[in-house]
Amino acid sequence: MTAVIETTGLGKQYGRKWALRDCALAIPGGHVVGLVGPNGAGKTTLLHMAVGLVTPTCGTIRVLGEPPAAGPALLERVGFVAQDTPVYPRMSVGGHLRFGAWLNPDWDSGLARRRIEQVGLDPRQRAGSLSGGERAQLALTLALAKRPELLVLDEPVASLDPLARRDFLRALMEAVAEHGLSVVLSSHLVGDLERVCDYLVVLVASRVRLAGEVAALRASHYRLSGPRRDPGTLPASQEIIEESHTDKQSTFLVRTDGPVHDPAWTVTPVGLEDLVLAYMSRADDAAARRPRLGVVS
Amino acid sequence: MIRFSWVQFRVQAAVAAVALAAFAVILAATGPHLFHLYDTSGVATCQARADCVSLASSLVSRIPGFYTTMYFLGTGILFAVPLLIGAFWGAPLITREFETGTVRLAWTQGVTRGRWLTAKLAVVGLGAMATAGLFSLLLTWWAGPLDTATALKENNSITFIRLGFVLFATRDITPIGYAAFAFALGVTAGILIRRTIPAMAVTLAVFAAVQIAWPVWVRAHLITPAQTVVALTAADTANLAQGPGNTVMVNPPSLPRLSGSWILNFRTIEGAGHAFNVATVPACVARNANVGVCQAALGPLHLRDVIAYQPASRFWAFQWYETGIFVALAVALAGFCCWWIQRRRLS
Repeated sequence: MTAVIETTGLGKQYGRKWALRDCALAIPGGHVVGLVGPNGAGKTTLLHMAVGLVTPTCGTIRVLGEPPAAGPALLERVGFVAQDTPVYPRMSVGGHLRFGAWLNPDWDSGLARRRIEQVGLDPRQRAGSLSGGERAQLALTLALAKRPELLVLDEPVASLDPLARRDFLRALMEAVAEHGLSVVLSSHLVGDLERVCDYLVVLVASRVRLAGEVAALRASHYRLSGPRRDPGTLPASQEIIEESHTDKQSTFLVRTDGPVHDPAWTVTPVGLEDLVLAYMSRADDAAARRPRLGVVS
Repeated sequence: MIRFSWVQFRVQAAVAAVALAAFAVILAATGPHLFHLYDTSGVATCQARADCVSLASSLVSRIPGFYTTMYFLGTGILFAVPLLIGAFWGAPLITREFETGTVRLAWTQGVTRGRWLTAKLAVVGLGAMATAGLFSLLLTWWAGPLDTATALKENNSITFIRLGFVLFATRDITPIGYAAFAFALGVTAGILIRRTIPAMAVTLAVFAAVQIAWPVWVRAHLITPAQTVVALTAADTANLAQGPGNTVMVNPPSLPRLSGSWILNFRTIEGAGHAFNVATVPACVARNANVGVCQAALGPLHLRDVIAYQPASRFWAFQWYETGIFVALAVALAGFCCWWIQRRRLS
């Protein structure tokens, strides 16, 4: 499957501050991709560049093989749900559906009406009086009814309560199952992504720290705990992502393609959240990591 | 996108419609009485009998004070309409979308932002021009008798002629050009500043400056002024005026053929064509100068006034020029906005 979003050397500078720098990534299509990273990692900047709201300072970005927002045709193929799901407060829910129909030639009005009904929104209600969860559902409906190939969502559930969050993600998953679209979804909460994503991209300080299918990531990461050991004694095939030591015990989070046979270890699977946190807190690069390991041994 | 722009503009359009309706009701209720006073005053046919000033004065004195208030208020409203359109329709057009974040919704639909902006500019811009045009149409109709009478009574005072400093921008088609320009100016300020209140303030300040500067420095020069030479009689020389550099000039007499014309400047010359210098006439500058003796001494000089003016007949040429210029400026600003919004994006 070709990449839905592909960037090389992508950067965006605001004043003297870089919001995103040297970003190289290729997000494959046909997945529900979770883009996860701490606040300020550049997730929103990246997604805004992908939908053409922001122009890069340097580097290139291609969306569905074209420069972002290259024309009405591409605009139409990409759905976007912005952070805090902005809507026109004085316009009714039904008004928003008309707005979508007028601005998108391939608008699926049947789908829009069905979804609004399912969610239990009154078409006559003003969008300004909707709850956060209802507003998010309206924004999702607008993005889905234009029948995009790629749906981009920027922190769609960050401001929602747990119930609304669950409903929103469920609605999203139903739509993905029904229409088979590619989804890129950003969040700083791994727990949300765990439920819906089958592909994960971890972005820290503009750099991609981890990218891969969730199943493969789960299958290749283990937590090893046992008597205290020097990290240097681990086999070369086991890449250490995170380590912690007490006087008697060592715990390692390792990445390996093969099984772990060493009987000294208690091997436990790693939850996605721990995995992501481990990559987020990992030192910037290998060169910076080596001396620190020397101190431990 | 046109339909959506209209939906977004509906509330503002309704406010304008209510204001227009109120304006129309007041003018329509008083207009017939005003026209009755005018028709029975004889001012309409005064040129033939050469008693315009007295007839116009008596007409103006018989007009209720309420109408005079409305006359000035209406003229003021016509100055305010483009100003308000620029500040309340133009400036927030884009800034509101930035402030509520809805640009992120609007710019990710299946319409390029160039088309998005063009549609908004077209719908609200035409609405602005129609609103100003209708206000002007109503006032131009209602104020017609008073415009004529005041111009005659005030003896071509530059304040009250239709082709002049003040009334010109509030009658006939010029308000349409001003509304288009003020609207485009507001949108431009909004796109550059991106915050509603500062953009409104800038729009108000810049447009008000244009409203003052344009008549003072520009309007009279849109067409090369006409020139006429008027021979001065002994009686005319009683009207002396201070000229540039301590010279003394003779005010031109009011001539029917100059009625309604916009007198830009004049200079007084002697028989040989030199500028008149009162210091060369001892009878006029002597310590105990006698007016009669002075006037008698001025007679042989054959004093004439050279008057530069814009004839009243050029009123419509000026209307079209000024409207055209401001509509063209509005189109240029709109073009800039479309170019800017595609180049600049959100950041």
